[in-house]
Amino acid sequence: MSLLEFARGPAIHAALIIMVAGFALRLLGVLVLTRGADMSRPRDAFGNFKGYRTVFSRAWPAGEFTTTTRYQTVVAYVFHIALLLVIVGIVPHIEFIQSLTGLSWPAMPNFLGVALGTIALASLFALIFRRLAKPAIYNSTVGDYVAWVVVALPLLTGLMAFAHVGLRYETMLALHILSSALLFAYMPFSKLMHAFWFIFSRAQSGLAYAHKGVRI
Amino acid sequence: MPSEPTLGGLLHSQGVSRRAFLKFCSTTASLMALPAGIAPAMAEALASARRPSVIWLSFQECTGCTEALTRSHAPTIENLLFNFVSLDYHHTLQAAAGDAAERALEEAMHANKGKYLVLVDGSIPLMEYCSTVAGHSNKESLEHVCADAAAVINIGTCSAYGGIPMAKPNPTNAVATGDIIKDKPIVNVPGCPPMPLAITGVIAQYLTMGKLPELDHLGRPVAFFGENIHDRCYRRPFYDRGEFAETFDDEGARKGWCLYKLGCKAPIAYNACAHVKWNNGVSFPIQSGHGCIGCSEPRFWDMGGVYDSVAKGNFGDGAKLGAAAIAGAAAGASAAYLARRKKTEIAEGAHGDE
Ligand code: SF4
Ligand code: SF4
Repeated sequence: MSLLEFARGPAIHAALIIMVAGFALRLLGVLVLTRGADMSRPRDAFGNFKGYRTVFSRAWPAGEFTTTTRYQTVVAYVFHIALLLVIVGIVPHIEFIQSLTGLSWPAMPNFLGVALGTIALASLFALIFRRLAKPAIYNSTVGDYVAWVVVALPLLTGLMAFAHVGLRYETMLALHILSSALLFAYMPFSKLMHAFWFIFSRAQSGLAYAHKGVRI
Repeated sequence: MPSEPTLGGLLHSQGVSRRAFLKFCSTTASLMALPAGIAPAMAEALASARRPSVIWLSFQECTGCTEALTRSHAPTIENLLFNFVSLDYHHTLQAAAGDAAERALEEAMHANKGKYLVLVDGSIPLMEYCSTVAGHSNKESLEHVCADAAAVINIGTCSAYGGIPMAKPNPTNAVATGDIIKDKPIVNVPGCPPMPLAITGVIAQYLTMGKLPELDHLGRPVAFFGENIHDRCYRRPFYDRGEFAETFDDEGARKGWCLYKLGCKAPIAYNACAHVKWNNGVSFPIQSGHGCIGCSEPRFWDMGGVYDSVAKGNFGDGAKLGAAAIAGAAAGASAAYLARRKKTEIAEGAHGDE
């Protein structure tokens, strides 16, 4: 079995199984839990509504922090948007998604995919440089760095495979698939789970604050 | 079998001009990355080359490789060169049959001990009763004939890597020549079928320079298998622009767009198809509108569906993913439920204490 056969076969299959099971496990494992019973009367009659509003309002830093957090806000936005577009926008990815789900949609031209992939990778570097430069702000854990590497690898190998640089194409493609498999399997059990949690955690804190009448 | 003792004599008797022959030599030399100036010397050496003894063993195969080599439309220098070798044993092509054929084999082996070439097409079943010739299993014949050979040249993907007989579920437990023969130089000329020029190129180099060509990590001559078909494909600009045919008769297909989405495996296939082409340079599969199936690569038949693109996973259906989602959900929900119950119990216990 060649590296590519291993990657396209058992490796990605196992990773997807772990990812799907992991997402279901973690989502239900948390969402089925009860919240502590609340004995107090809400301070704000529109508390619930305002709580859900936080899901969106927290997508941007509060006014007081605009200047101090501008760098990471902008770079993180650029990173997330570029990454998302590359994931769902280039032909090989759509082909892969279609083989799993049957769904497909028009792709972007390849040069755009390369440009966005490069932007995503560059912004990922911009973020890690800041993290390294300001340890006091980030108070990083090992998990933060592992997550960074696990996200950066598929981007790097994907770009290299596309551009035919580095090893032979089939090897680069295999490394790209293997690194994506690592990302898939790692996602549910790491901070990358924020892809789901951000909705619930924002709503939860919004609800709690609104309940107490905190201005949000 | 031709009666001329030298290749020059044979070509002359077949009306091949010196000019055409020189052209063949320079094409072969340039393809094999030999220095340009070598063509006349190569022509010289080839023209006076004596016929090497060749024993062709056919195992689990479809004869397509022999067909590709011998049934070209017009007699080409490639197949003349092939005719020139002293093909002492070949099931399909030899006149002799039965005991006489087997005797010819033994005589050739004896007379050319240590000097003959063994050309193999077809894979070898390890369930030995699955394929036998003259009462000998393929494995026995291979081991017997290769024992005194100078070198082994695998013609086609089946002998090189197992090919279609070895594809899942591999009912005969087929293997490649190299899985059995370990002590002889082996050259793989894979393809289903292999390119005739690649077969004769290897033989021509052996005749002129007395050595086998430089090989890649899969045992293939770099000269013919060193380049990625996708890198040499004339449809590549469409690929780069993201213009793909979606079906075999849509507008994209008519406009000659890239066949990636229709399962073209060329991005992971190495062969000379895109630049040497087939049928005397007339065309090659991608030019005729069908994606490459990657026939020169090991296990190409198990690389996912012929019409599934390279990007797709190759692990059957998603049934296990569905099961994983259900199992994960059940585990998560029950863990949370247990935690809830425990919380209630503790709360009740606390109330009870009051
Ligand atoms: S048709 Fe095949 S080889 Fe040609 S550019 Fe498209 S994917 Fe590559
Ligand atoms: S184009 Fe691909 S499948 Fe077709 S003969 Fe060439 S290598 Fe084999």
